[in-house]
Amino acid sequence: MLGQLGENAKFLAGGQSLIPLLKLRFASPEHLVDLNFIPGASFITEKSGALHFGTMTRHAEIERSAIAKKISVLHDCAAGIADVQVRNRGTIGGSLAEADPSGDWANALITLHTTVHCFGPSGPRAVALPDFIRDAYTTALAHDELVTEVEVKIPPEGSGGAYLAFKRSAPVYPSASVAVQLTMAGDVCQDAAIALGCVGLTAIRASEAETCLRGQMLDDATIANAAEAARAAADPQPDMRGSAEYKRQLVVALVKRAVHIATGRARGEPVEGTHLYA
Amino acid sequence: MPETAARQEIAVNIRVNGKTYARQVEGRTLLVEFLRETCDLTGTHVGCDTTYCGACTVLMNGLAVKSCTVLAVQADGSEITTVEGLESEGKLDPIQRAFGDSYGLQCGYCTPGLMLSTHQLLAENPEPSEKEIRRAIAGNTCRCTGYMNVFKAIRRAGQNRKGA
Repeated sequence: MLGQLGENAKFLAGGQSLIPLLKLRFASPEHLVDLNFIPGASFITEKSGALHFGTMTRHAEIERSAIAKKISVLHDCAAGIADVQVRNRGTIGGSLAEADPSGDWANALITLHTTVHCFGPSGPRAVALPDFIRDAYTTALAHDELVTEVEVKIPPEGSGGAYLAFKRSAPVYPSASVAVQLTMAGDVCQDAAIALGCVGLTAIRASEAETCLRGQMLDDATIANAAEAARAAADPQPDMRGSAEYKRQLVVALVKRAVHIATGRARGEPVEGTHLYA
Repeated sequence: MPETAARQEIAVNIRVNGKTYARQVEGRTLLVEFLRETCDLTGTHVGCDTTYCGACTVLMNGLAVKSCTVLAVQADGSEITTVEGLESEGKLDPIQRAFGDSYGLQCGYCTPGLMLSTHQLLAENPEPSEKEIRRAIAGNTCRCTGYMNVFKAIRRAGQNRKGA
């Protein structure tokens, strides 16, 4: 259908990013194709070691889902996006397809093995999340292609994660956000994934920070080294949410806190922790 | 934007407070505009028009949404509840009574939105903790009460509903 309508048509999912963009005239499509009336596009299932989310699954549905709680990062992210009203409408597929640099889902999901299933006139294809997000507001989707499903591999035993975002108030985009997924063998960190959001054109994997943790006992000095490496990886722009230096400092604090929460969760402790807002 | 496409009229059938409105709307019409201008239900307010303040909050099929961030055509076939739909036969709803009795408002501009967010909260959780109340109304901005009386009103509303 989008093929027939031409370049000036756009898909509309939950609309919580797109409708504000339309009001600002940042986007002015001639046609909108509303995906809300497509049955069966909202689901949460578990099969063959992965969780599967239909593209139109609302953040609120993921927040409430017992299945999604199996991956802490997903629950943290869903439960902390904006506010109740936005979570009731906004969708996981729409958020990824929008690729807003300040969006939450891409940053949370990039620490996990995430595959984005897409569909267009030439049929279905699966794209790994790091290849899906190309740039700010730019994805691997062709103009007439859409996201159908988001697949997230369940992390192994002994793995724990956390997603934290610092916001000035609930409805606004975060000033900075951090996702961490750690796989522990006793007190030693076997594997680490750390991603930074809102401090670059896309979510940034802080690979040097991950290297600081791998194979190490996670004492305060090691965690501080990783947080400093994350500071260096951040590339924030100064704006109304804070200066570049302030955001780098936020990254340091959020990495430390997220690593502590993720470590506790990897040990099987129930640690509460979601978006923070001042 | 080519005006013809945005202004193209589309038929919608929206149930608002139990009454069906079958109307033609321009594609670009927001739900809040439909409620205020087509249905003449001006209890739903426009605050920021940027998905921030929550003054325009209504229930869409029982869930709180910001009606400035939903197109009217997206509400086709939906059940909408606005503040006018809370009272029945001239009798205030337990939530409305509680906001009055607890002085949970000053200028009142944000109040309809706050009451509808409260409606979803209490439907899911009749005895919310203060933390749960804070989370539930985090998307509703009030610039005059300081929120303390709003928390009291929401707790009282929960008790009113039990008693009602």
